[in-house]
Amino acid sequence: MVRVTLGSDAAEATQAAISEEIGAIAQAWDGVPETQPRLDYPPYRSSLLRHPTKAPHQADPEGVELWAPVFGERDVDPLEADLTIQHRGDPLGERIVVTGRVLDGDGRPVRGQLVEVWQANAAGRYIHQRDQHPAPLDPNFTGSGRCLTDAVGVYRFTTIKPGPYPWRNHRNAWRPAHIHFSLFGTELTQRLVTQMYFPGDPLFALDPILQSVVDPTARERLVATYDHDLTKPELLMGYRWDVVLTGPHRTPMEDV
Amino acid sequence: MTELDPTAGQTVGPFFGYALPFPDDEHLVPPGSAGSVRLHGRVLDGDGAPVPDAILELWQADAEGNVVQEPGSLRRDGHTFTGWGRASTDRTGHYSFTTIVPGTSFFALTVLARGLLNRLFTRAYLPDAAGDPFLATVDTDRRSTLLTTGDETGFVFDVHLQGDRETVFLSYPRHKR
Repeated sequence: MVRVTLGSDAAEATQAAISEEIGAIAQAWDGVPETQPRLDYPPYRSSLLRHPTKAPHQADPEGVELWAPVFGERDVDPLEADLTIQHRGDPLGERIVVTGRVLDGDGRPVRGQLVEVWQANAAGRYIHQRDQHPAPLDPNFTGSGRCLTDAVGVYRFTTIKPGPYPWRNHRNAWRPAHIHFSLFGTELTQRLVTQMYFPGDPLFALDPILQSVVDPTARERLVATYDHDLTKPELLMGYRWDVVLTGPHRTPMEDV
Repeated sequence: MTELDPTAGQTVGPFFGYALPFPDDEHLVPPGSAGSVRLHGRVLDGDGAPVPDAILELWQADAEGNVVQEPGSLRRDGHTFTGWGRASTDRTGHYSFTTIVPGTSFFALTVLARGLLNRLFTRAYLPDAAGDPFLATVDTDRRSTLLTTGDETGFVFDVHLQGDRETVFLSYPRHKR
């Protein structure tokens, strides 16, 4: 049984108490594979009043749901894929490239589709006004970018490695370093908004947002791989992260 | 063909405000233009409190019921109808799109919010679509959560993430748990 502290006491839960709740849910998992996060995940306190309690209604996609919005060169400037050149100077931190393929659930590349990213700076601070973390802002880093996948479904961003970030889910709560990703497929049903993590982060086990993906195999898919072949001498480090969307319902007209 | 396991979703978090919104994101057509209507409402939590940090995406057919496959949503030219837009909720949990009446029975909406661990899909049906065959598959006591109501500016559609009037959210055959 998971006990939850509600109300003004919520932020007073200790990491040990949150970790215990996380552990109890993991223990209770029946081992049947899960690919998605639990929406009802009490250790993430903000989810308590914001998760649907009823099972989703099964629908056969109709009309627009079988198609995705189209984005093109008019929408995205290629320079938006480089988060390190948006200001006059170089941002502080470890410069990295993050790249990978976007595939649909049948393994087909998703071509020419929009990928959006946003992240904290190297000190773990978001430029967002509501971020009250007293870490420094970086005048040379905004932390948002866009690109279109190429003809084989590859996206590629140049950025800096974000820092871990404190939040108020519980006392002394820290998010593992992550980059937010927003992705589209070839139909609406494939819409995905997620977060990419960096390998070996000691905060993984402590983080209720990552742990809301209860199946460890599915959690591992959210973690990028360090790829030395992407690393460029004296310039940047490289990480690879592939994304798989759900399967399309519409029969694709293009060949792979 | 091999079926791959999909990547997990994660919450959009609180800090999407400098990344996902873009100029005229909620204006699929210019406000006040001929034939423009509003699709608006509130996003509410299980206590009925407004959710001020949600972002909704609208995807709809054009006035003739055709699916639009035109780029340009992110840099609107004021003339091309792309069928897609985004609207952030304000401090009162209110969102608003300016658009046209689709030539089909519903607007497709995707809901993202802090505290919501994965995106949600729903449909906002036009008020006169109550006889739509899909709605007949939904429990009668929850059917109204998928129906817009008309007002003087267009259509109203509230999203209840939880509670007595919890909105019916959808999953599709190829989604995995």
